[in-house]
Amino acid sequence: MTSEFMAPSTAPTAAATAPRRGRFIGLRRALAPVGEARGLPKWVLYIGLAMVAVFVVFAIFAPWISPYRFDEYLTGHGQRFPKSGHPSGSHLFGTNIMSTDVFSHIVYGSRTALEVIVIAVIISMLIGVPLGLFSGYYGGPLDRTLVLVMDAMFAFPSLLLAILVAFLLRGKFGFLGASFSGIMSAAISITVIYIPQYFRVIRNSVISVREEPYVEAARVLGAKPRTVIGRYVFGNVVQNVPVIATLNAADALLTLAGLGFLGYGVQPTEAAEWGYDLQRALGEASGGIWWTSVYPGLAIVLLVTGLTLVGESLNDLLNPVLRRRQLLPVDIVADVEGEVSPHDAAGR
Amino acid sequence: MLLVVPMVWILLTVVFILMRVAPGDPVQAALGGREPQSVIAEKRHELGFDKPILVQYGHYIGGVLHGDFGKVTSENRTVTNVITHEGAATLELSLAAMLVALVLGLSIGVLIGRFRDTPLDVAGRLFGILTYAAPVFWIGILFQLLFVAKLGWLPSSGQADTLQEIDLSQHAHTNIDLLDAAINGSWGDFTNVFQHLILPALTLGLLLCGVFIRLVRVNIIQTLKNDYIEAARARGIRESRVVLRHGFRNALVPVVTVVGLQAALLMSGAVLTETTFSWPGIGRALINYLNQRDYVAVQGIVTVFALIVVAISLVIDVVTALIDPRVRYS
Amino acid sequence: MTLLDGDAAAATPVDDIVLSVRDLRVWYGTARGAVRAVDGVSFDLRRGETLGLVGESGCGKSTLGRGVLGLLPDAAKVAGEVRFRGEDLVTMPRRRLRALRGPHLGLVFQEPMTRLNPLMRISDHFFETLHTHQRGATKAQMRQQALDALGAMGIPPTRFTNYPHEFSGGMRQRIMIALALVLNPAFVVADEPTTALDVLVEAQIIAILNDIKKNFDTSILLITHNLGIIAEACDRVAVMYAGRIAEQGAARPTFSHPAHPYTRELLASTISLSTTELHYIPGAPPDLIDPPSGCRFHPRCPDAMRVCPTRHPPTTITQLDQRVDCWLHGPDELIPPGGTAPLDREDIGVAHEA
Repeated sequence: MTSEFMAPSTAPTAAATAPRRGRFIGLRRALAPVGEARGLPKWVLYIGLAMVAVFVVFAIFAPWISPYRFDEYLTGHGQRFPKSGHPSGSHLFGTNIMSTDVFSHIVYGSRTALEVIVIAVIISMLIGVPLGLFSGYYGGPLDRTLVLVMDAMFAFPSLLLAILVAFLLRGKFGFLGASFSGIMSAAISITVIYIPQYFRVIRNSVISVREEPYVEAARVLGAKPRTVIGRYVFGNVVQNVPVIATLNAADALLTLAGLGFLGYGVQPTEAAEWGYDLQRALGEASGGIWWTSVYPGLAIVLLVTGLTLVGESLNDLLNPVLRRRQLLPVDIVADVEGEVSPHDAAGR
Repeated sequence: MLLVVPMVWILLTVVFILMRVAPGDPVQAALGGREPQSVIAEKRHELGFDKPILVQYGHYIGGVLHGDFGKVTSENRTVTNVITHEGAATLELSLAAMLVALVLGLSIGVLIGRFRDTPLDVAGRLFGILTYAAPVFWIGILFQLLFVAKLGWLPSSGQADTLQEIDLSQHAHTNIDLLDAAINGSWGDFTNVFQHLILPALTLGLLLCGVFIRLVRVNIIQTLKNDYIEAARARGIRESRVVLRHGFRNALVPVVTVVGLQAALLMSGAVLTETTFSWPGIGRALINYLNQRDYVAVQGIVTVFALIVVAISLVIDVVTALIDPRVRYS
Repeated sequence: MTLLDGDAAAATPVDDIVLSVRDLRVWYGTARGAVRAVDGVSFDLRRGETLGLVGESGCGKSTLGRGVLGLLPDAAKVAGEVRFRGEDLVTMPRRRLRALRGPHLGLVFQEPMTRLNPLMRISDHFFETLHTHQRGATKAQMRQQALDALGAMGIPPTRFTNYPHEFSGGMRQRIMIALALVLNPAFVVADEPTTALDVLVEAQIIAILNDIKKNFDTSILLITHNLGIIAEACDRVAVMYAGRIAEQGAARPTFSHPAHPYTRELLASTISLSTTELHYIPGAPPDLIDPPSGCRFHPRCPDAMRVCPTRHPPTTITQLDQRVDCWLHGPDELIPPGGTAPLDREDIGVAHEA
């Protein structure tokens, strides 16, 4: 039960938790291998970043890119848009069962998705990382209790947990305004899932770093616990964060869509959300209406894939366990004296 | 192993607290708010909602210890009844999905782990990422568009057609339709149930298979770096045997542990798959009861989920011991 | 006496040579350039002979051992010839080479702790190996073969079905040796077989290797950095430096009269009870991506001459029948005038740049 393995739903490789030993490495130095990377992993990183960038542009410039507002269903002449209308000149991706424009929902949906993801990742990081640091560093009964609670939460089906919390939070954020309250409660529901993940990873790294000779040395030299945690332990542990954060962001989007699909996410009046759109499209699928489901689903797949590619390639590049010195092709050439006949026997 | 008891207790307590802080009066909500006050008061009393919270808590924990998960407020049935009927449908779906995921996930994972960094590996990893990135319900909808709307090969929803459904409910043994049809020797029922099972099982299976692929791949890569792999090659053992017998079997130990944690993912996926295909399983039942604010039913089902998670982790411990002699003897 | 042995060996007919390596090169391509781990190595191994291969860490000893058996990573480039009973292992199809490993070629590893599959019983390791190479053998036959091999290493039959984690390091190494020898291979590479073990076990393993040689006429390439083991267990010795063999010859004369300055320095660095002050070779082992020009040892060589950085010395044979690559032994006609003058240390940098 107290398996040291990480997040199955986010599924970063178990090795992502492996700390790099013996050196003090800040975030900048931890990311250094990315700059030095060559070949496939770097390309994967770029492709992932490009995919994410498209949706970021959508999200920021939604009102300018989108032909209609997400809840617009009337033409300029007060005529209703067609219900589940075929893709056409005026509706590039068609219209859905609510008579709104599918493409506009894709564009505005990026905004919803990114808002929820960013809030959820930041909050779970702000809670999970310090909790993991202190729990791992001080140990004792507090640590054991926290581990038990976090493990219990971790083992529980994450979507169900999110649904239960979303259910409880319904309408609790009304003071933030109509459009933002839904986003906030969705983000909080998702946060609950990811706190244990940050906690586990950070705590496990802290525990292995804590016994390192240089941390021991700092303690012996009389450094305050705050200094030791902040400077030595945190610096060495923080390198895990970019990988987890990216992979969690991808997973958070899937959870958001799942919540929306089940009717416990952002409500249709508040913002455009792809999961909810898919729920509405479900009933039409067996009737062959494809544009209302294919496009929102594709948007989810592309954004999740983009984030996953970024996270995976960061993991490949930063994680020394998986990294491997690639052997390059080499030709055996004659020495200066020409004593070798350069015949090439490789490729056996 | 010993941590299982406090963990179950924590989960139960969290479930209990969550259900108590939920907005609105559960009885009123469950009964639809049309009943007169006296009926509601009577129901409250019957369910013990008028007692102090600690008494309710003790009653709940005591019930769980005796295998009593409470009663569905909105319908006249027990949660245990929900588990044996809807739970059986979910079991059928989960097992079929697990089969799909194991066959696809293990074989692809081993293959691309062995041929790391080749085009095959890139293709396999991309497949893994895509199956992970695509929401289950979207895959389900795509299947419906293709196999139901376009090709008309398979049914779109449910566990069986009405006629077969009635036949099977009259001759139920295990409540697992596919098994019951086989026991009854009814070929017609069997094919009908099987056809209904294909799309949901594939959908849920693909979700898990993506996780398996990356898990097996990473572990095969790590295992093939071990010294005993080189030693086996130095003895002239065939490469296929080196990969399967020495590589795969050793990679399986960590894989099994993580697969155990996938029980949670399987349940989350089952809720979505069942909703997509109107599969009469426990996940869909949970969402229905949640929509009806039937807290007792929700509490009971969630409790069962928690117990299943814990039970699976125990099974995993046993399986790990069976595979790894070092664990077995220590 | 050893001298006579050497002479006798030299007189044996050519077909007694089990393994003949000619100008073997193994290069690894990296971002910085090719690592010349093995760069032009030649040696012969006769039947029942043990050749010790010594050198500092990172000089290419292990790569040479693996390269001879074709156990290198796919990306490594191999050139040259490894003739085993007349067949070239370098150009041989993979499948054929694999079939030779086990019954004809064996490898004993440095760290016995991690070389056995932890999930397989000792018996399964043997059955797997025997079954792979002797189709049709019955289980009883295979069991007898395995127990005989283990018995020769002092492992009792009662432990046959145990798992690897139930054995100590020394026992595991004996099991590994039994596993490598169960099919009586004609040629075995032993890659630092005692480095990870304590001294008493080390003596045991050396005794076992000596027995094998006597009883089965097995040829052994014994890789080690322990000169004592060479003196104890080897007929001949090859001293490796920076991917090349600096000197090879019969073990005792080579140790008593080293021809190459590197061998001399290496012997002087050995610590024994009579050691009064520690001797070491200044400088670090060279970079195998961009090795020093000419003789690779010249930057660290106390006897370096002007000719040394300019050309690699050709192999010459000394009066004691050592094959040595060193300008100190000529051939004089190839040394340019003034080449024998001592090398100024400042010249090294210049020569290296040129």
